[in-house]
Amino acid sequence: MGRKLLLTHIDVPGIQSYSVYKAQGGYRSVDKALKSMSPDDVVEEVKKSGLRGRGGAGFPTGMKWSFLAKPEGVPRYLVCNADESEPGTFKDRYLMTHIPHALIEGMIVSSYALGAHTSFIYVRGEMMPQIRILEKAIAEAKAAGYLGKNILGSGYDLELYVQPGGGAYICGEETALLESLEGKRGNPRIKPPFPAIAGLYGCPTVVNNVESIAATVPIINDGGEEYAKIGIERSTGTKLISAGGNLAKPGVYEIELGLPVEEFIYSDEYCGGIANGKKLKAVVAGGSSVPILPANLITKTIKGDARLMTYESLADGGFQSGTMMGSGGFIAFDEDQCIVRNTWNFTRFYRHESCGQCSPCREGTGWMEKVLYNIEHGRGTTNDIDLLWDIQRKIEGNTICPLGDAAAWPVAAAIRHFRDEFEWHINHGQEAQNRNYGLAHYADPLEVVTES
Amino acid sequence: MAEEVQKFKVSIDGISVDVDAGTTILNAARKIGGDIVPPAMCYYSKLEGSGGKCRTCLVKVTKGSEKDPRPMPKLVASCRTTVMDGMEVQNITSPDVVEARKSVVEMLLINHPLDCPVCDQAGECKLQDLGYEHGSENTRYDFPRRTFERIDIGDKIQLHMNRCILCYRCVYVANQLTNTREHGILYRGDHAEISTYIENALDNDYIGNVIDVCPVGALTDKTFRFKNRVWFTKPVNAHRDCPSCSGRVTLWYKGSDVLRVTARKDEYDEVEEFICNTCRFDKKETADWTLEDPTKVSQESVIASNHYTQFQPPAVIPENTPLKEANWEQLARTEKLK
Repeated sequence: MGRKLLLTHIDVPGIQSYSVYKAQGGYRSVDKALKSMSPDDVVEEVKKSGLRGRGGAGFPTGMKWSFLAKPEGVPRYLVCNADESEPGTFKDRYLMTHIPHALIEGMIVSSYALGAHTSFIYVRGEMMPQIRILEKAIAEAKAAGYLGKNILGSGYDLELYVQPGGGAYICGEETALLESLEGKRGNPRIKPPFPAIAGLYGCPTVVNNVESIAATVPIINDGGEEYAKIGIERSTGTKLISAGGNLAKPGVYEIELGLPVEEFIYSDEYCGGIANGKKLKAVVAGGSSVPILPANLITKTIKGDARLMTYESLADGGFQSGTMMGSGGFIAFDEDQCIVRNTWNFTRFYRHESCGQCSPCREGTGWMEKVLYNIEHGRGTTNDIDLLWDIQRKIEGNTICPLGDAAAWPVAAAIRHFRDEFEWHINHGQEAQNRNYGLAHYADPLEVVTES
Repeated sequence: MAEEVQKFKVSIDGISVDVDAGTTILNAARKIGGDIVPPAMCYYSKLEGSGGKCRTCLVKVTKGSEKDPRPMPKLVASCRTTVMDGMEVQNITSPDVVEARKSVVEMLLINHPLDCPVCDQAGECKLQDLGYEHGSENTRYDFPRRTFERIDIGDKIQLHMNRCILCYRCVYVANQLTNTREHGILYRGDHAEISTYIENALDNDYIGNVIDVCPVGALTDKTFRFKNRVWFTKPVNAHRDCPSCSGRVTLWYKGSDVLRVTARKDEYDEVEEFICNTCRFDKKETADWTLEDPTKVSQESVIASNHYTQFQPPAVIPENTPLKEANWEQLARTEKLK
C-alpha cells in the first residue's frame, strides 16, 4: 500500500466536519507553526520538502514563496487556485468535497508563512457544492479560533474568503484568476510583472493550487525533510491523480511519486487495468493539455526504462517521446477509441475557452478545430494534416498565456504518434462519415460560424 | 538635485542604443528608427496598459543582460518587455521572428476581409502595410469568415466588426478618456467582438478618438466615409482655441473643402494629443482654424503620392554597417529616393 498524506482520513465518517477532522489530528500544523515557528521557518520547511506546484507547472513551491516581494506597508495575499477546469482533472474538487479542512488548515499555515492577512480560495463558479462546503468549513474554523483576529493568541490575524469564479477555463491561469478576483473580465495579464511583485490589487501575491496548499500540512507536521524522503529525485511527496477514461477503476488516487506508470494502471490498488479487458491504446497523463502518448511510450521511455509517475520520468524524451505530469489528470484510452475524435474534442474545448486577447490563440484554436472537424467527419484533405501541424506550431510559444500551448500540444502529439489515424480518416472519408458516436446532435462548427 | 536616470545599453539587430531603465524593447527600437522597429497593431504609447495582444511585435532576445546572458526561451512581445543592460535583441535579422510575424499576419487576416478597395482605412491601414510586408499571396484558410451587420455607435461613428482585429485600443480609449465604461469586449475566443452595452450609442465628447486609434477600418468616421480616398486629400496642420482639448489637428483637404479632421499623428501613426468631438466633427470650415503648414507625410506612405515636399532621408544611418546589413530594404529605398 502506498503511503498517504492527504487522503489518510478520507474514509473516516464525518471527516468533512471540524470536530471529526480535529479529532483525527487536524490543525496540528497551525498550532505548531503559529506557536513555535517563524514565518521564515515555515518557508524553509516547505523549501526543504522539495514540494512542487501541483497545479500543472511543477514549479518549486518554497522557491515561489521566497520570490514574494515584501514592501513595507503593502498587504500581501495568498490566493488558492481552486478553479480546476482542465478536462480530465478532478482531484482538487475531490479534496475540497471530502476533506475541506485540509485546505483550510493549509491556507492558514501558508498565509502565516507569507505574511498574508487576507486570503482567498478562488473556486470555479460552477462548483457550488464545494463552495458551500468550504464556506461551512471556514465558519467552523473561525468559530474554533483558527481564523480571524489573534489566532490561538499568537497575534496573527487572518481572514479567509471563498470567491466563486467566472466559470471560464482561462480563469485558472494565475493572472486571469487575479483579474477575475478583482471583478474584471478574466483575461490573462502580460508577465512581467509577476504576481509575486504585483498581483492582486497590485500587491505581492502568491497563487497556489489546492493540492499544493494542502500538502503544506504534512510538511509542517512531520518536517520538510521527512516529506522529501517520499518520492524520488526532484519529485518528492505524494500526488493526487484523477484517473479517468477507459480504466477499470477510475477515481482519485494518492500515489507516492516514483510509482511505475504500469503499476498505476494495472495494479488492483489503483486503476485495476483497462475496463472490459481491452488493450490500452494511449494515455493523456496530466490533463488534456499535455501530449498524448501511445501505450508503448507511457509504460516505458524511449530508452526502455520503466516510466515512473514523476515529473522527470514522464517528461523523459521531451515532447518527441515523453509528456508531462501536468495537473495529474490521467486519461486512458482503450483500443476502440478514436484519437482524431478525441483531439478534435480537446481542441473544441480550447477554442471555446480561449479568451481571445491574442491573435494566434484566438484565431488559431478556431482554425484547428474546423480542420479537425473536417478530418474527423470524413471531409479532410491530404494537406490538412500538414496544415494542422503548421497551425499548432504557430500558436505554441507565441501567445500571452499557456492556453495557446495547451491547445497546440495535444494536436502536435496526436499527429506525431497517431498520424496513421488521421490519414485513415482522410483516405476513408465515407467510412469516417458513417461512424456514429452518439454525437450527431452536436453543432457543426462551420454552421455555427455561418449563423453568427 | 534631480535623480539621475539609470541608462541601459541595448542592441537591436546589431545596433546599440542607450535608453532609460524601464524602456521597452519597442521604444528602444523606435529610438533607432528604420525597419528595425517592430510593427505594432495593438500597442499605443498614449494608452496605458495597451500592447501585448496582437503579437506582431514579437522579437527574439538572444541575450538577457550582462548579468544574466541567457537567452529568453520564447519570443517576447517587444512592446511590453523592458530592456536590461546589455540585452541583445533580434528583430528582422531573426528568421524565427520573421516566421512568427508572418504567422501572426496570417492569423489576423483569417477574419479580416480584404475589402481594401472599398474600405475607408485604405492607405492608412497598418494591417494592409503588415500584409504587404509579411503576408502570403494566398490564404490557407478556406472556411467561411465571420460576418456582422454594421452598427452605428453614435451618430458619427460606425462599427464594422468584420474588420476588427480585437486590438483593444478603442476599449482603452473609451475607458481612459471618458468617464463611463461604455464599450468593451463581448464573448470569448474567435467569437469575441467589440460592442457597446446592448448596442448603446457612444456619445462622450472624446469618443471620436476611437476612430483615430483603430489600426484597421473597424471604426470609421461617418462624416468622412466614402467622401474620398485618403491619398487624394491634402493634410494640413492647423489649430484653434478649443476650450476642451488642445485644438491641434490635421485638416484633410480636397480642394478647398475640409473632408475630415483628425488628431495629429506621429511617425508611428499614434496621435500626439487626443481631440474633442467638436473639433473633429463640427469644425469643417477653414475659417474655424488657424492653418500652420502641410503635414509631413512619410515618403513610404501612399498618402505621400502627389505631395511634393523636400525629401528628408529617414533616420537610418547610411554609414552604419550592421544597420546597412539589417535594413537593406530600407537603405535600398533611401538610396533610390535620394
